Amino acid sequence: MNKIILPELGEGITKATIACWHVKVGDKIAVGQEVCEAVTDKASFVIEAPAGGVLKSVSVGEGQEGLVGGTLGIIE
Amino acid sequence: MNKRIIVEDWGLIEYPKSFERQRALVQKVQEGEEDFLVLCEHPPVLTLGRMTNPQSLLYQREDIEARGVLMTKVDRGGDVTLHAPGQLIVYPIFNLNKQGKDLKIYMQKLEELAVDLLKNFGILAISISGKRGVFVGEDKIISIGVGIRKWVTYHGLGINVNTDLSLFNLIKPCGLNVRMTSIQKLKGHQMAMEDVKIKTIDLFQKEFCS
Repeated sequence: MNKIILPELGEGITKATIACWHVKVGDKIAVGQEVCEAVTDKASFVIEAPAGGVLKSVSVGEGQEGLVGGTLGIIE
Repeated sequence: MNKRIIVEDWGLIEYPKSFERQRALVQKVQEGEEDFLVLCEHPPVLTLGRMTNPQSLLYQREDIEARGVLMTKVDRGGDVTLHAPGQLIVYPIFNLNKQGKDLKIYMQKLEELAVDLLKNFGILAISISGKRGVFVGEDKIISIGVGIRKWVTYHGLGINVNTDLSLFNLIKPCGLNVRMTSIQKLKGHQMAMEDVKIKTIDLFQKEFCS
């Protein structure tokens, strides 16, 4: 099991909104594949899969806020 | 710090074509090439970010296109933005892996650079906490929107130099009830785009090169 984590984006940035997911639960994904996009104010940050596998679950949906260091989804 | 920035001037270029070229440069920088600073202008276009609120468009699509303004969905967060000739577009394609991987510091540097740029033209601008972009009083003069892939930046600044400001009446820029202004409006005359480009390149080299 591998977690897709919202990475550190910079000092003082503690959360970001998930603008969109490029994949859906059940999709097979490759390591390094762009899986979702987080936005803070006017900057957007593309997040990649830390490992290959199947997207098992999404814990922060589109339009929802995730915490830096928090889990956005699970790959199995 | 970067050792060198490669400057490219793409002139007037359709937004979709420039986006393709940006993506190609992002790939090059990810693969280890030097950083790039791209300058250009776009024919009138509304770019719709992934979080565009339909209410940010104040007219029907047909009415907007009848004014010669194209509409295109774009691969970025945020709401709707307008680009048009007279607006200097600056796309820094920078590798932040070499600069501490801090989005907040990068955004602050862009805002400070934008304020310094306007100071050179006798305009006192400010950045406002919690609002992206640069303002003169309450009017927005420079829009800032940044995308990041593998810590390489794309998108950037839209500097209203001689922009036809009436085009902004088509939208709520960035989804906000904000009035836009330009260097031309504030100075009362057109500003030579070349002068703004030269100063912009100079400031980027000072701020981002060792």
